[in-house]
Amino acid sequence: MVLVYINSTTGLSKAALETVTYGKKIGGDVTVVTNGSASSEQLAQLGQYGASKVLVDRSVDGEDPQQLTRLIAAVADQIGASSVIFSHDIYGKAVAPRLSVRMKAGLVAGAIAIPESDGSIKVNVFSGKAVGFVKVASDKQIISLLPNSIQPEQSGNSCSVEEISGHAGSSAIRVLETKKPEGNIPLPEAELVVSAGRGLKGPENWGMIEDLAQALGAATACSRPVADIGWRPHHEHVGQTGVAIRPNLYIAAGISGAIQHLAGVNGSKVIVVINTDKEAPFFKAADYGVIGDAFEVIPRLTEAVKRFKATQH
Amino acid sequence: MNILVCISKAPDTTSKIAFTNNNTQFDENGVQYIVNPYDEWYALVRALELKESIGGNVTIVTVGTTADEAIIRKALAIGADEAVRIDADPKDAYFVAMQIASFAKAKGFDLVMTGKETINYNGSQVGGMIAEAMDLPFISLATKLDASGTKLTLEREIVGGVQVVEVETPAVVSCAKGMAEQRIPNMRGIMAARTKPLTIIPAEEVADLSSYVSYNMPNAKSSVKMIDPSNMDELVALLHNEAKVI
Ligand SMILES: Cc1cc2nc3c(=O)[nH]c(=O)nc-3n(C[C@H](O)[C@H](O)[C@H](O)COP(=O)(O)OP(=O)(O)OC[C@H]3O[C@@H](n4cnc5c(N)ncnc54)[C@H](O)[C@@H]3O)c2cc1C
Repeated sequence: MVLVYINSTTGLSKAALETVTYGKKIGGDVTVVTNGSASSEQLAQLGQYGASKVLVDRSVDGEDPQQLTRLIAAVADQIGASSVIFSHDIYGKAVAPRLSVRMKAGLVAGAIAIPESDGSIKVNVFSGKAVGFVKVASDKQIISLLPNSIQPEQSGNSCSVEEISGHAGSSAIRVLETKKPEGNIPLPEAELVVSAGRGLKGPENWGMIEDLAQALGAATACSRPVADIGWRPHHEHVGQTGVAIRPNLYIAAGISGAIQHLAGVNGSKVIVVINTDKEAPFFKAADYGVIGDAFEVIPRLTEAVKRFKATQH
Repeated sequence: MNILVCISKAPDTTSKIAFTNNNTQFDENGVQYIVNPYDEWYALVRALELKESIGGNVTIVTVGTTADEAIIRKALAIGADEAVRIDADPKDAYFVAMQIASFAKAKGFDLVMTGKETINYNGSQVGGMIAEAMDLPFISLATKLDASGTKLTLEREIVGGVQVVEVETPAVVSCAKGMAEQRIPNMRGIMAARTKPLTIIPAEEVADLSSYVSYNMPNAKSSVKMIDPSNMDELVALLHNEAKVI
């Protein structure tokens, strides 16, 4: 039995579909447990990705990891789950470790592939500079899957949705305020990312980065010094001490490619580097390189993307 | 406020990453260990700031061997009052968390702080595990923390934004960027660190729940294809036809 936890408070994210697909791939019957306000029709669609049943507790807002842990542990116990799958996002990071202790089940944090034939699971280590294979010693295992590691796959029909309650206890965390800038694509889940560094000279020059990101439907990111001096918000900082991402496409403009920066982005499938200095270390990690001034190249690239998009419709 | 800060060692960020013993062990040859940056820059420094503003005591704890006393002295030099080393060579996060939880339970700290993850294994596991073992609330990926009486007010990362939350002590908090600024220890701190108390306690018997069976280096990139800066249509065509990412 496989249990998959997804957060559906803001609908079904791609990361949620990935975790259900992952549950299906590791085999057996997949039950999904979730909280929040997604409609039953929406939740029933999870059947198409391999779920045979969805259990939803609408009384839990998901803000307290302790409540979610109690909820998931109770369901895991009820259905006799041998594997519990999370997305390695803010919920997975907060709840999976708690559940590991509660169930005495080994945790594979940040899985990037389905299990190998010996049962070990591949994860990034040393901030993406290497990979490791983790084996769980307990009967039960918990896996949190790094977003964008596998693609959602449709394999079935819609499934049944059941309301549950009474497992989660009360919340110890009071939410005073939620600040969510509208319209932004969350960086860890983004498939396309446009990133820029100190080579852009100042925060007033980010308009062209946002234009390119918008033309592509990409999220924006930056190097550490750029976040440190306050040109960009901290949550955009990628690298060894920032967010680690693995998008399909990472475009880096005016970033030198220091080892600590590369650590957070070298899991990207394709890397494009734009830099005036042909000796910039980033070119060694790039698939496509452009030696040139970002102030000229980026607007030109944005126009080219727009022309390309126009031919696609 | 009586604060416990959990610190871990991590290889210096410029370390060459290599493996030995048929790729089953990290090659420590020539590797310089530092205090894991998230533990030092964010958890420890914010704990010290809280102590400076509202009073209290900051204890650091690490699960490690005698080789780890250098990072303990570094954390003491930055300003922690005392240190505890739980004597073991840890193999998994569960082992570490169980040791720290059992120590912390006996001492009754108001606040237990960790970094958001280590930069070598990046698991984000220890904080949540300690919280569950102690049956305490857990605020993960906190970017701000203030305390008044028994109330903590925190800002934490959520999908696509931040959230302000409130919780009663005791609690466990994992710290991310934004919490505090790095502090460089001064000469006085370094001298004082030599005489601050370091208690060594034996580890408890705990079975590991997981282990690394092997490691690998990611596949090296084939050589980079250079594109003429005046021809961005070509780049877009390659991204579509060859790389198939747009
Ligand atoms: C412990 C530790 C942890 C760290 N963690 C991180 C981390 O997580 N993430 C991170 O990013 N860094 C991290 N760093 C910092 C890292 O070492 C680098 O200093 C940083 O990545 C450099 O940022 P940058 O490339 O934006 O700036 P710079 O190194 O200043 O590079 C600017 C680049 O822009 C190019 N350029 C200039 N003008 C133009 C133009 N008009 N058009 C195009 N290109 C131009 C230059 O040729 C240069 O290559 C860490 C450092 C340490 C010590």
